[in-house]
Amino acid sequence: MSSFKESNLAQAWLVLVFATVFGTALAGIQAKLGPVIEANKIKETMEKIPSLVLGEDGASKIDYPLSINARKVEIKKNGITKFYTVYDAFFKDGALAGHVAKAAGQGYADKIELLVGLDPGGNTITGLFILDQKETPGLGNKIIEKLWRDQFLAQTSAQNLVVVKGKTGKAHEIDAISGATISSRSVTGIVNHTIADIKSQLVLPLKKEMRKIEETQ
Amino acid sequence: MADMPTAFERFVQGILPENPVYRQLLGLCPTLAVTNGMKPAITMACSVGFVLLCANVVISLIRNLLKPHLRIVVFTLTIATFVTIADRFLAAYLFQMSKTLGPYIPLIIVNCLIICRCEVCASKQSVFTAASDALGQALGFGLALSSIAAVREILGTGMFFGIRVLPEAWPDWVIMVLPPGAFLTLGLLLGFVNWLGMVKSRRSAND
Repeated sequence: MSSFKESNLAQAWLVLVFATVFGTALAGIQAKLGPVIEANKIKETMEKIPSLVLGEDGASKIDYPLSINARKVEIKKNGITKFYTVYDAFFKDGALAGHVAKAAGQGYADKIELLVGLDPGGNTITGLFILDQKETPGLGNKIIEKLWRDQFLAQTSAQNLVVVKGKTGKAHEIDAISGATISSRSVTGIVNHTIADIKSQLVLPLKKEMRKIEETQ
Repeated sequence: MADMPTAFERFVQGILPENPVYRQLLGLCPTLAVTNGMKPAITMACSVGFVLLCANVVISLIRNLLKPHLRIVVFTLTIATFVTIADRFLAAYLFQMSKTLGPYIPLIIVNCLIICRCEVCASKQSVFTAASDALGQALGFGLALSSIAAVREILGTGMFFGIRVLPEAWPDWVIMVLPPGAFLTLGLLLGFVNWLGMVKSRRSAND
């Protein structure tokens, strides 16, 4: 049996025990703290929505909170079902101010979570905010900087955005962060996918409301 | 093991004689990155202290079971677990601070200060000694971080803990808040601490 004692499995018993114990402990902590972290993110999302749909100037001009309706949008594509959370923001008089979609995708280091603001109907991007990222400090984490994010403002959703090194001045181009092309591509890709996926779903609540009005008449 | 430092010696050594930043030049990545204000610096020092204490205690408890060639794996596993706990805790209860610190909390996993203490002290000495070593090193790390952060925040923004201490007329030295300011401050303070050490040793030689 001395061969078993020499085997890798027997030698690594402590590592295996530690991995199991720590893994279980972390799962417990995630189960306990996960909802709190999620609530923090939702709170931040709610605070960001007015400036994402109206722009920072527009958001400071209105003196009442927009009423926000959150809904889950289900997208079936190539046999895979994806879920997006879409927030519809309304003015006091009931007019639609715009939509904010929460999306996530793989970045260079870890998952990037972001919010895309769209005008009613989803034709123009009105805002971009990075909720969560762990990109390389000093390089990839420049995606959180306003100067870079502002390139997405007023871009039309009819055409996919492309990442270029050194902007040539074309409308749908996003300048890559030097040294962080992958992070730049990730964010742009998430924005493109999100808009392509949910655009058809954005006019639905309007249509539903119209139908309701028609029915009541 | 008679020549190993005692718990008290370990604790005292961590604060100045073996200060992780000024003497061992360990953990410089967070030292440079998160010291542009006192609040992030203190949060980082507390997180590192928590991870250091927990990792040292756990490693010391199992020190007789460690296989020499597998010890780094066990160290890393232990450290990563406590870092994840610290990261989740900050995200849940100090959300804005966790966003300010960003990836530097997960990066504690590769902070050589912690793995160094596991290797040097916790894997060889008793739990009590390992715990006081962790406390001493954490205190030393905290002092180093806050000394750098104090200089950078006061000169860079005219504020201390977010409260204005220099007159409004102070032209904020923005460079102190930016990465070059971190290198300048660390370099100058490091030189100062070394100079103090030299003066002290010369004096004791003359006595």
